[in-house]
Amino acid sequence: MESESNKRVAQHVRSLPRSGIRDFFAIVAQMPDAISLGVGEPDFVTPWHIREATIFALEKGRTSYTDNRGLSDLRREISNYVETNFHVDYHPEDEVLVTVGVSEALDLALRALLNPGDKVLYHQPCYVSYHPGAILAHGHPIAVPTQSDEGFVLNPAALADAWEPGCKVLMLNFPTNPTGGTASPEVLRQIAEFACEKDLIVLSDEIYSELTFDGTHTSIATFPGMKERTIFLHGFSKAYSMTGYRIGYACGPVDLIEAMMKVHQYSMMCASILSQDAATEALRNGKDSVAQMKEQYHRRRDYVVRRFNEVGLKCHLPGGAFYAFPDIRSTGLDDQEFAQRLLSEQKVALVPGSAFGADGTGFVRASYATAYEKLVDATFRIEAFVNSL
Amino acid sequence: MFMSQVLQLLLDGERLSTDQMAEVLGLSTDDIDQELDRLSTEKVLLGWRPVLNPEHADQGLVRAVIEVKISPEREGGFDRQALRISRFEEVDSCHLMSGGYDLLVVVKGSTLHQVASFVSERLATIGGVLSTATHFMLRSYKEQGYLLVDGDPEDVRPAVSP
Repeated sequence: MESESNKRVAQHVRSLPRSGIRDFFAIVAQMPDAISLGVGEPDFVTPWHIREATIFALEKGRTSYTDNRGLSDLRREISNYVETNFHVDYHPEDEVLVTVGVSEALDLALRALLNPGDKVLYHQPCYVSYHPGAILAHGHPIAVPTQSDEGFVLNPAALADAWEPGCKVLMLNFPTNPTGGTASPEVLRQIAEFACEKDLIVLSDEIYSELTFDGTHTSIATFPGMKERTIFLHGFSKAYSMTGYRIGYACGPVDLIEAMMKVHQYSMMCASILSQDAATEALRNGKDSVAQMKEQYHRRRDYVVRRFNEVGLKCHLPGGAFYAFPDIRSTGLDDQEFAQRLLSEQKVALVPGSAFGADGTGFVRASYATAYEKLVDATFRIEAFVNSL
Repeated sequence: MFMSQVLQLLLDGERLSTDQMAEVLGLSTDDIDQELDRLSTEKVLLGWRPVLNPEHADQGLVRAVIEVKISPEREGGFDRQALRISRFEEVDSCHLMSGGYDLLVVVKGSTLHQVASFVSERLATIGGVLSTATHFMLRSYKEQGYLLVDGDPEDVRPAVSP
């Protein structure tokens, strides 16, 4: 237990908010028979051909460091993949950096870009590390609220309202964890124009982009004036089920990638060579596996959202990722209480929306990265719980 | 090729009852039953056999793969002989193959002797069968899509993660 008076710990770390998920996890961990819809990673194991390539890499004795920027084969594959699927052309030599997950890429970008006190805009509810990441890089995070009746998509007007002098970076995440929100090309165009007008550098976390169910995903980097100010972040955790491999990448303008590379080379040196080999295999041969998993997520999404609405918890249809974000305010409980009581009375774990920022209050995040049998069972238990209130 | 949603669910291998399938697809159980009936009638779905582990001690199963060379008939090719072979209880599957032989036949029995006798007394003696080559299965690693040895790990994901 950290004490406020622990002067040995740096001030900016002491002031970091405690993770709302950690406490909840401690309780769920005591209940091995609970159905957890609180998992932020795929339930599919990494496709065998990727695992097999990893084993083969070990057999070949590939255990050394690599180029700081990442294996050149992998960077070439990344460049091809991004061009084919996102229609942005990044040169593998100096515009692509292989990182230890998108998590590291985000950290590198923030540390490379922010002078102390620089402001960082980000839309909320959001992934738990955006706000702390900005603080750890000595920046000042500014949350831009998003609304359920707008599908939790960043409203350009709200972005403009939240902006203030000193804003340097805008963090975007589409599709969004925890809301599943996606942004249409029109919304992205408006955000892009605003970013250009205010000279913002955009960090675009597109980790869930393959899991876009309605329409196709568009990257903000494709809009006029954006490629030179966007750091495109992507990885393998969600689409290829490679969470434990800890492998991702950043693509961006030469000067920004070079700066990130400087931090990376001193802190991490390079991503694991095994993970890089696996990632190369994934990009070369993983298309079918991704398509199969995506189809399963799509069907589960449709089921889960329908069920939430049927039991009286208003739930928008998320455009991507693998989370539903129903509104539990009609029950009269706050989201923490809802999650705790649902867990103790019906043994179903959902994550309280407030763990993802103040704008998540009154909502809960339900991950549908779990087998149908459990989803069916869970929604019936949730129904029983709601009816009991 | 259109594949019905019900069939897709079945092939995904998740163990769902008819009621649960109805839940998941937003249909009535009658709809599900009707679709299953249609799939059977149209012979898309052939049956509901459980997949048993041939390595399990209880099974006592001996299996062999027989390569059969056949002299094709003038009006009918290999079909008549293939059907004649397929109708035997001992024959688990029968396929027409390209390559060095004509039919691949998988035969099941409770002893090696039983399988060998079936091949020599019933299979090889069929008119039109030119030769048979019998290969006994020694050990199975995967059976109809199910890994028999050291399958994928159980779900060890932390119960809650961001």
